[in-house]
Order: sequence, then C-alpha cells, then structure tokens
Amino acid sequence: MNVKSVTGFELSHLGALEAESVHIMREVAAEFENPVLLFSGGKDSLVMLHLAKKAFWPCKLPFPVMHVDTGQNFPEVIEFRDRVVAEAGARLVVASVQESIDKGRVAEETGPRATRNRLQTTTLLDAIEEHAFDAAFGGGRRDEEKARAKERVYSFRDDFGQWDPKNQRPELWSLYNGRVRKGENIRVFPISNWTELDIWQYILQEDIEMPAIYFAHEREVFERDGMLLAVSEFITVMDGEEPFRSLVRYRTLGDANCTGAVESGADTVQKIIDELAGTRITERGAGRADDLVSEAAMEDRKKEGYF
Amino acid sequence: MELLRFATAGSVDDGKSTLIGRLLYDSKSIFEDQMQAVELSSQKMGTEYTNLALLTDGLRAEREQGITIDVAYRYFATPKRKFIIADTPGHVQYTRNMVTGASTANLAIILLDARNGIVEQSRRHAFLSSLLRIPHIVVAINKMDLVDYSEERFEEIKAEFRDFAMKLDVTDLTFIPVSALHGDNVVDRSENMPWYAGSPLLHHLEEVHIASDRNLRDPRFPVQYVLRPQTDEFHDYRGYAGQVAGGVFRTGDNVVLLPSGFETKIAAIETADGPIDEAFPPMSCTIRLEDNLDLSRGDMIARPNNQPEVSQDIDAMICWMSDGAKLVSRMKLGIKHMSRTARAMVTDVDYRLDVNSLSRDADVHELGLNEIGRVQLRTTQPLFFDRYRRNRTTGSFILIDEATNATVGAGMILGEAD
Repeated sequence: MNVKSVTGFELSHLGALEAESVHIMREVAAEFENPVLLFSGGKDSLVMLHLAKKAFWPCKLPFPVMHVDTGQNFPEVIEFRDRVVAEAGARLVVASVQESIDKGRVAEETGPRATRNRLQTTTLLDAIEEHAFDAAFGGGRRDEEKARAKERVYSFRDDFGQWDPKNQRPELWSLYNGRVRKGENIRVFPISNWTELDIWQYILQEDIEMPAIYFAHEREVFERDGMLLAVSEFITVMDGEEPFRSLVRYRTLGDANCTGAVESGADTVQKIIDELAGTRITERGAGRADDLVSEAAMEDRKKEGYF
Repeated sequence: MELLRFATAGSVDDGKSTLIGRLLYDSKSIFEDQMQAVELSSQKMGTEYTNLALLTDGLRAEREQGITIDVAYRYFATPKRKFIIADTPGHVQYTRNMVTGASTANLAIILLDARNGIVEQSRRHAFLSSLLRIPHIVVAINKMDLVDYSEERFEEIKAEFRDFAMKLDVTDLTFIPVSALHGDNVVDRSENMPWYAGSPLLHHLEEVHIASDRNLRDPRFPVQYVLRPQTDEFHDYRGYAGQVAGGVFRTGDNVVLLPSGFETKIAAIETADGPIDEAFPPMSCTIRLEDNLDLSRGDMIARPNNQPEVSQDIDAMICWMSDGAKLVSRMKLGIKHMSRTARAMVTDVDYRLDVNSLSRDADVHELGLNEIGRVQLRTTQPLFFDRYRRNRTTGSFILIDEATNATVGAGMILGEAD
C-alpha cells in the first residue's frame, strides 16, 4: 500500500481507492464459493489483477482469471494476457466466442461493419454456467458511460444474466450484501469509483506493465463514423475509405474491428496522463463504435446480460 | 490529493442537476462528446438552453420523465481533490436512496430555491444528513438571480435554517448563495453578489477539512479474511486481513481479540508492498499477531483499554427500505455488521419518526417503505460495536430479508438495548 503520509494519517485518493477495492475483493472471496476475475488484457483488468494480487498477498489468487476471447483481439494483447496471468500465478480460463459460433450458440454478424462484440454475452453466460461461477469481477467504472453511473459495486443479474436498473440492492457504508440463491450469480465492480485518470495515475505509481498498443505507435488506419479504425484481418475497408499511416494509441481495448485509435504522440504513462488531463473526449466516445448505435446502447446491452 | 465524497439532495425544480452539471462543466470534467450528446438531446426535447441536467440523468426512463430516480455517482477532480458525488433524488418516496448515498458522504449539499426558502423537503434532507452523521453540511441557496441577488433574502433563509438546525446534530453548517444556471458562486465568485464574503462552492469543497472526520481514537480492526498461504516460503504465516475501522494500530501494540478476550501483541502490519509501522482508516492491510490464537472472519481486534461494546441486544435507528412487508415486532431478518453476519429478531418498534416535523409517532409500532424509527433487536451472535455517533463504520448495519435476499433496512446503533 502506498501511503502518502505527510502530516500523519493522510491517505491520497489513490490510497483510498486502492483500500476500497482491496476490501471489496476480499469480501467477495470470503462470501462467495466460486468467484472469477474477468480479464481482457485492457488497462482496467490489468489494474484489477494488480489489486487482486495485493488483496491476497502472500497467497495466490483464490479464484481463476477468465478471458472471453472473441478471436478478433489485437494479437499483441493476447500474448500479453498469457504472460501477465502466468506471472501472477493465476489459472487462466479462456471462453471462446469461436467455439460458441461453432456450436451454433450464436451466429456471426455479416457485412463490413460486423463485429463479435454482441456475441460475447452468450459466450460469457455459457462459461459462467459451465464453471458455476457465482461472482465475476469486472473492470467496469462508473465514470465510463451514463448507464454505468447507477451501477452498484455488486450487480445482480437474473437467470438470463439480465440487469434490471429498477432492481438493485442499496449499498450503504461499506456493507455489501452478496446473498444469492443457488444458480444465481453477480457481477462485482471493484474499481467502480475509479476514473480513467485515476487508473493511469495508479499505473504510473505502481509501475504496472501495459500492452504496447496503449502507447503511441505507427499504424495503418482509416476513418469511419468519426473514428480511426486499424486495418486488420478482421475488418473490411469499404470504398471511399482511405487508409493512411499515423502515430496513434488506443485509449480503450475492444475488438480490433470496432475500437478506435486516437492520434497521439504519448509514448509513456506520464505523457498519457498529461494528455488525459487536457483531453475533452471521454474514453468510450473516442473509441467505441458499439456505443454509438443508440443513445441508451449500454443500458440495452446490460439488460441483455453484457458485462 | 485527498478524496471527498459528497451527497447532493434537492427536488427536481431546485436545480440540483444543473448545479452538478455546472460543477462538472466548469471544472472542465465534462468532456466534449458528452456535451455534444446533451446538446443533441436538448434540441430533441425542445429546451432553449443546453440542459445541463441531461448530463446527469442517464437512464432512459429518467430522460423521458425528466427526473432522477436512482442514486447516481459522478466523478470530477481538481488539482486539489478528487470528488465523488452521490446524486440522490429529492422526493420522499426515494428516502432510501438518499440514505444510501449519504451513508459514505463526508459532506452534504442541500439545495434550496431562494424564492421558496425552506420547504418540507429541505427539512427532511437536513434531518437525514444529521441522522446519517454527515460531518459537513452546505446549504446552497440557488436561483439567487430570481430574487435579484438579494442579501436580505439570503440572510432571511439562513436565519430560518439555522433555527431549524438547532434541533439537529449539525456541527459544520455553511451557507452559499448561488445561481447554478448562470454560474454565480459555483466555481467563480459572483460579481452579482459583492456582499457575499464567503467562498464559492467549489473552493469550499476543495478546502473543507475532512481528515478529522474519521475516528482516529478508538482502534477497531474487524477481521475480514484470514490469509494462510501454507507454502514453503510462508509455511506458518497467518495474516488477518481487513480494513481499519477506527483508531490507529502500530507494530508492537498490545491488543485484545474479541470474542475470546485473549490478549497478544501485533507482530507486524503488512501490505503487499512490505510492512508498515502504522495503519489507520480507511486503509486495508494485514495484521500478524505474536501468538497463534484463534481468530476468524467476523472477529475483532481492539486495544485492551479501548474496546467496543459487546451485546446481542441492540437499540438502533432504522430506515426501512422494503416495498414488501413492513418492519414489525417479532420479524426475523439477516443482519450484517462489518464482517459479521447473523440473524436478528425485532423485539420492539418504539416509535416512528416523522422526518418532516422530527416528532415521534409513539403510537406507530411498524415501519413501512422509506420510514425511519427506533427499533430494538436481538441478534443470534454478539455484535462488537460503537455507537454510530462515535464511529459510522462500527455503528452501522444492514438488514436482509431472508426469503428474497434483498437489503431491506439500514441501521444506526444507538447503544445496547435495555
């Protein structure tokens, strides 16, 4: 714990946030039978993994780490995932969207704007049922998007993984009621109160290793729907879209075919922080085509059982 | 940089959402795309000016109805502090939401409309802030532009509120005249109110002293999780992990374990980054003891000469949150107090509190949704507690409906029941 004690008994905002997240993770480990940490290799899940290691040191993580793999991730992120989870001494479970497609559980979208983003929900729900997980840690933060502002730390889902905004449990003080019936499961968001800036400040403070694509690098990109998308095997460039090389970085990590890059020269964590402090577009606004679909897109997807 | 949590309460028409929108906007936290989305929405809804309130009303139903239904958490920061806003609805039918949002708040902003002054809702919000023992209260008297920025009106409202607040346990009360719509005294000092010598709202939020709000006197460490690696490297390691709930613990301290009563010493206070000399709230850490004693989740570490109260008979103020059954005598519930879970039976409902008049309805012996009253409980296991006024962490609990698993009550301990 990095206690920035100046005149005594003072705790920085990062110290307070860290203490709260560690408390939440320990509470879940104590009260649930079979938790799992949902991990994407993105910055929020890397911070969550780091917090989990702190929470249970000197023990190993008392739960596995699961990745819902669409098969359309940036390859760099997959390599990074494997290494980081192995280093943490944690057990990695990979739930494959491709397998769900092969089994006929979901159908692949078609067309140049096709992504596997919406298919993840079914794979996730199937995996949770298969492994009988009763609590899944997610890296969701309340500052990310309008619909998440009302999300609780413990988020209750019904048998269909659906979220009913009208049916959440009040969370008072730091008392979390995690009682569930057999077969029910919840999502837990230990970094609910962290903002994007807090996450990067923590990454800097703790020297947490990040996948290279978060930092400025040269990539072939093209513009679509106001975003910069990378040219890759997972995407079809349409007529009128002109790819060009640019110095870009990623603020958020969705799939390669629906995550937008931003033009940036920030190649260190400190530079990213400086850029963020002055930035005016939210993380998701800059990056996620899946949110642009409708105004209440995230709310709709959460009702369907998405993260 | 410190963290400050504050709750905002006010009715739909008082401009609370506009005030929050203004704080976020003027402190440059509202990003361009969110503003774009709001401008589009404002156009669709036919409002003349960009409705900052739309920034804060997320859910579909709310956007359509134009009111805030749930507790929403907003975030912003200045170079001085990080802020978490628990934005709660003003209507009495959402009292439970306000209680929820207020439970962790260091400060409450109570919003009044300068034209209407103190209304029933303001009294209720002030009372709830006092009940939840929020240490600092700011009364923001809004829409000053509609009363010609009158100093007289401001002083009139201030006097009336002060009068009312005397009945409450409010120690830090500040009044700020603002116009959320036009930005007067929200972030920047108002040029329209030169007679006001105090701070604008944001400056007050940045400067208010919150470090002493915690209980740093009574050492309380509820054991949350026991760490036993049993690996070669840490073969005999036994660490008691938890979040410090009160006081300061130091390596070498003499401590007492509850419920056993055994005394021992702190061998080390550890974190994943190494050992530390002292731990205080709200830090999460791991305590190792000199002796190998029996201690598990739900137990407590304190100092021999400073122990919590221990009892199975609890006297508490409870806010009932269930829209199903009412809280009545002989009702059985689950209770969670720090890391201890037990069962509780309601032995008596003394009275219901009228949150608007603060009078006691001694003839009422049941609590319905959003009602607050004084209740006696008997628990299946002893609780190690402090009175809520002394420590908000060790003095609070929640009640759980054992059939539905819902959280149905919030409790603040007054002491041991007679």
